[in-house]
Amino acid sequence: MAGMTVIVKTISRIMFPFVFLFGAYVIFHGHLTPGGGFPGGVIIAAAVAMLVLAYGLERVLKSTSFLQAEILDTLGSMAIALVCILGLIFGAYFLETVFPLGVLGQIFSGGNFLWLYIGVGIKVAAGILLILLAMLLWDRGESK
Amino acid sequence: MMISLNYVVAMLLISAGIYCLLVKRNLVKMLIGIVVMIDGVHLFLISLGYRAEGIVPIFNSEVASSLPYFVSRAVDPLPQALVLTSIVINICTTALALSLCIYTYKHYGTLDPTKIKELKE
Amino acid sequence: MGKGRRALSLALVAIIAVTFIYSVNFTMPAFGTFPTREINGKVENSVGQLYLENAIWQTGAANVVTTVVWGYRGYDTLGESTVLFTAVIGVITVLRAVRRDE
Repeated sequence: MAGMTVIVKTISRIMFPFVFLFGAYVIFHGHLTPGGGFPGGVIIAAAVAMLVLAYGLERVLKSTSFLQAEILDTLGSMAIALVCILGLIFGAYFLETVFPLGVLGQIFSGGNFLWLYIGVGIKVAAGILLILLAMLLWDRGESK
Repeated sequence: MMISLNYVVAMLLISAGIYCLLVKRNLVKMLIGIVVMIDGVHLFLISLGYRAEGIVPIFNSEVASSLPYFVSRAVDPLPQALVLTSIVINICTTALALSLCIYTYKHYGTLDPTKIKELKE
Repeated sequence: MGKGRRALSLALVAIIAVTFIYSVNFTMPAFGTFPTREINGKVENSVGQLYLENAIWQTGAANVVTTVVWGYRGYDTLGESTVLFTAVIGVITVLRAVRRDE
């Protein structure tokens, strides 16, 4: 698909790091403020979709490929399963709290909620980006 | 008894979804009707757990001094957690249904549900 | 789709909407009362009150909704992650099959 004019390209290139940073902030503070892994992953996927709309599919496929998104999706799922199985190895039952509880209100508190939310955030962002890329690649193969 | 706005809007959304499913003759428009209906159900579920003059169930620095005040004034957290799960499952179902619509259009040439059962091959 | 059929559908949906609004506003407990349950004849607050009391000293997280999603109902969230993974695989498989048809 073709890109847009010069003004749209410049503004979306400037705004992309800030939207990405906001999505990462929502993921990392999931156990202190409202939000968590699921809305944060959707924000990151929406930032990459903004780049696809502004620059065109060919230019974006040079930086990230279909295979890279698939690998990230699988790594997020395996991170969740690893944190769950650590409860079996070091404790008594599945999904037991392994990491220390800490002081209320800091980032490294609350047991294994932070690592679970990081895994879910990567997985949701890669999953929604995969759905968008699959539909766009089908459309490109159809019109040839 | 009073009529509250949350319940009225949730029931109106469900009725609008039912009307769209009855009248329209296009697969993608019927899918939009289903999504509107699911949003009405989510609004109804969250409104069930409200407490009169309630506060957010997050233990921030304003209520950090007294735990009994927080416990007696906070809103029910259980329907919010279940609706969070349901929203993500709604995304997955809509994506899969849209890809099946693409497959149907490629195979039959039309998106009309009354014409699809006539072309048998 | 004739005019008569569209008017009939509108009348049916209007009857359904009025029935729903009446039965939700006037036969359920009023908007703003905490949900209750009844155990052995004694009426008390539902299980959300128990989660609010115990969630902060059992896990050190400030957000009670996070504790309910991953702590008390962790298996449901694990199942939802599986549904997300399966849906993405399903979309890729169907669209790849369509591309190979031509």
